[in-house]
Amino acid sequence: MAADYKKITMDGLWGNNPALVQLLGLCPLLAVTGTVVNAIGLGIASTLVLLGSNLTVSAFRKFVPESVRLPIFVMIIASFVTAIELLMKAFTYELYLILGIFIPLIVTNCAIMGRADAFACKNPVKESLLDGLMMGLGFTAVLVILGAMREALGLGTLFTDMHLLFGPIAENWKITLVDDYTGFLFAILPPGAFVGMGLLIALKNLFDMRMQQRKAEQEPDPGSRPERVRITG
Amino acid sequence: MALIRTSSPHLHKASSTSDVMRLVVLATLPGLAAMTFFFGWGTLINVIWAVLLAVGFEAIIVKVRKRPLGFYLKDYSAVVTALLLGLALPPFAPWWVTLVGVFVAIVIAKHLYGGLGQNPFNPAMVAYALLLVSFPVQMTSWTLPFVMIDQGSSWNVLGFFDTLSVIFGQVAPGLVDSYSGATPLDVMRHRGGLTTEEVWDSLPVLSEGIGAWHAVSAAYFMGGVFLIYRKVFTIHTPAAILITLVVISSMFYAVDPYAFADPFFHLTAGATMLGAFFIATDPVTSATSNRGKIIFGIGIGLLIYIIRGWGGYPDAVAFAVLLMNLSAPFIDQYTQPRTYGHAKAKRGMKGGA
Repeated sequence: MAADYKKITMDGLWGNNPALVQLLGLCPLLAVTGTVVNAIGLGIASTLVLLGSNLTVSAFRKFVPESVRLPIFVMIIASFVTAIELLMKAFTYELYLILGIFIPLIVTNCAIMGRADAFACKNPVKESLLDGLMMGLGFTAVLVILGAMREALGLGTLFTDMHLLFGPIAENWKITLVDDYTGFLFAILPPGAFVGMGLLIALKNLFDMRMQQRKAEQEPDPGSRPERVRITG
Repeated sequence: MALIRTSSPHLHKASSTSDVMRLVVLATLPGLAAMTFFFGWGTLINVIWAVLLAVGFEAIIVKVRKRPLGFYLKDYSAVVTALLLGLALPPFAPWWVTLVGVFVAIVIAKHLYGGLGQNPFNPAMVAYALLLVSFPVQMTSWTLPFVMIDQGSSWNVLGFFDTLSVIFGQVAPGLVDSYSGATPLDVMRHRGGLTTEEVWDSLPVLSEGIGAWHAVSAAYFMGGVFLIYRKVFTIHTPAAILITLVVISSMFYAVDPYAFADPFFHLTAGATMLGAFFIATDPVTSATSNRGKIIFGIGIGLLIYIIRGWGGYPDAVAFAVLLMNLSAPFIDQYTQPRTYGHAKAKRGMKGGA
């Protein structure tokens, strides 16, 4: 089963990345990636929900009647989201205020629902947990990259306000890339997120295409194999 | 008598893209001259800088896309895009505003969508809208026409080298201030409770400076008429835009002349003429059939008035054109002309007519 785990990991992080390939959960992805700290906050919250929901759905998969599975999944996801929301209220209140409606909206994040229905309800607990973790990390990675792109372009800084998430240690993690930056509002606004997201998807596809080409070059030329004689008539 | 001794069809050589584009460049020259005369060297410098950048970006991106470089550079389309953007920018727009704008126009709005002929939105207007949203401070400070500046000479524009240093160098705060001010549309929009008549009387940009905007609009109008005469585009789109704008602004002005500006003001104060003749007529992003062009133009005219009156920004041509660009394929689908000899459909969707 070792190969299976590897495949789950690779799928979550790259091959079937929820944000870049499945294009799920785009609403929070596009809405809150204005800065790195927002992106990390939402990424961690989504990952935790994904872990919890995959675990629960997988553990109860034999007791859930097929016909009412979706409402049950929603209930499970909603309870985890409520728990996360309360946790964020308790520990990172300011960040909770910034992310606002997008924390409760994790319930409707199709990536989580999608993993529950497509993977967790058909696979054992261990695999489902790993799948949840990897999908969550893949999602978070895209969030953070997009957040960094938009923050660098839009504000000329990186890691602003990290103390909202990591406490007072992170007070001076802020990196100012350009002094006296005028600010590029477009990158912060939603259209900037769409353009940035499009560029990321294009970049991934380009990378995949290059890899495939290289693979094709390394494999022995199919023409050198003995060709099957074609018989007509 | 010289007889044509070939068989039909006796077609003339179709005009190439570069011929059309060269004509458009030619037709913008009166407008460019008027802008330079009334608002100083800034527009001219911006246009030249934008054209240089556009040709550079076009060359790079055509190279990256592995297309023939000479063929695509010679069609002048990048030059026209840059020219229109340069004309639309405020005369004192810093160099990096133009840089970002041209990059967005050529690389993102044009080539990422597949290059000339494939772009759904007018590249120059995409860039303008993006700049307006991103850099509100730089994009809304306009230059005063020279007649309003009191510096003791007859042509009171900021000198050529001073303008260069404003655009490319560090901005000395005092230098520009005496040369810039709000545009007529701006003051009309932020009138603070005054009636239209009071705005006209109390603000010098309207009572003294409005002539500059009239002249620039007239210059664009001339260029546009020249292009219609040379059959670069048909009269449908510009006529529909201007007539719609006149009709709707007359209606509001007739009902309440204290709260709304008169139709002539709407025709001449902003980018209406530039938009109607040079931007909305882009063959790639506008509707195709004549009936479609009329609907397209009416939409732009209505949107200009609505956004000017109740939107967040003083001028609206860029947003109106972009919104109608978005609906152009839809308009095309419903205004497809009936093929000659084919009757109307008896049932179902009545296409054509």
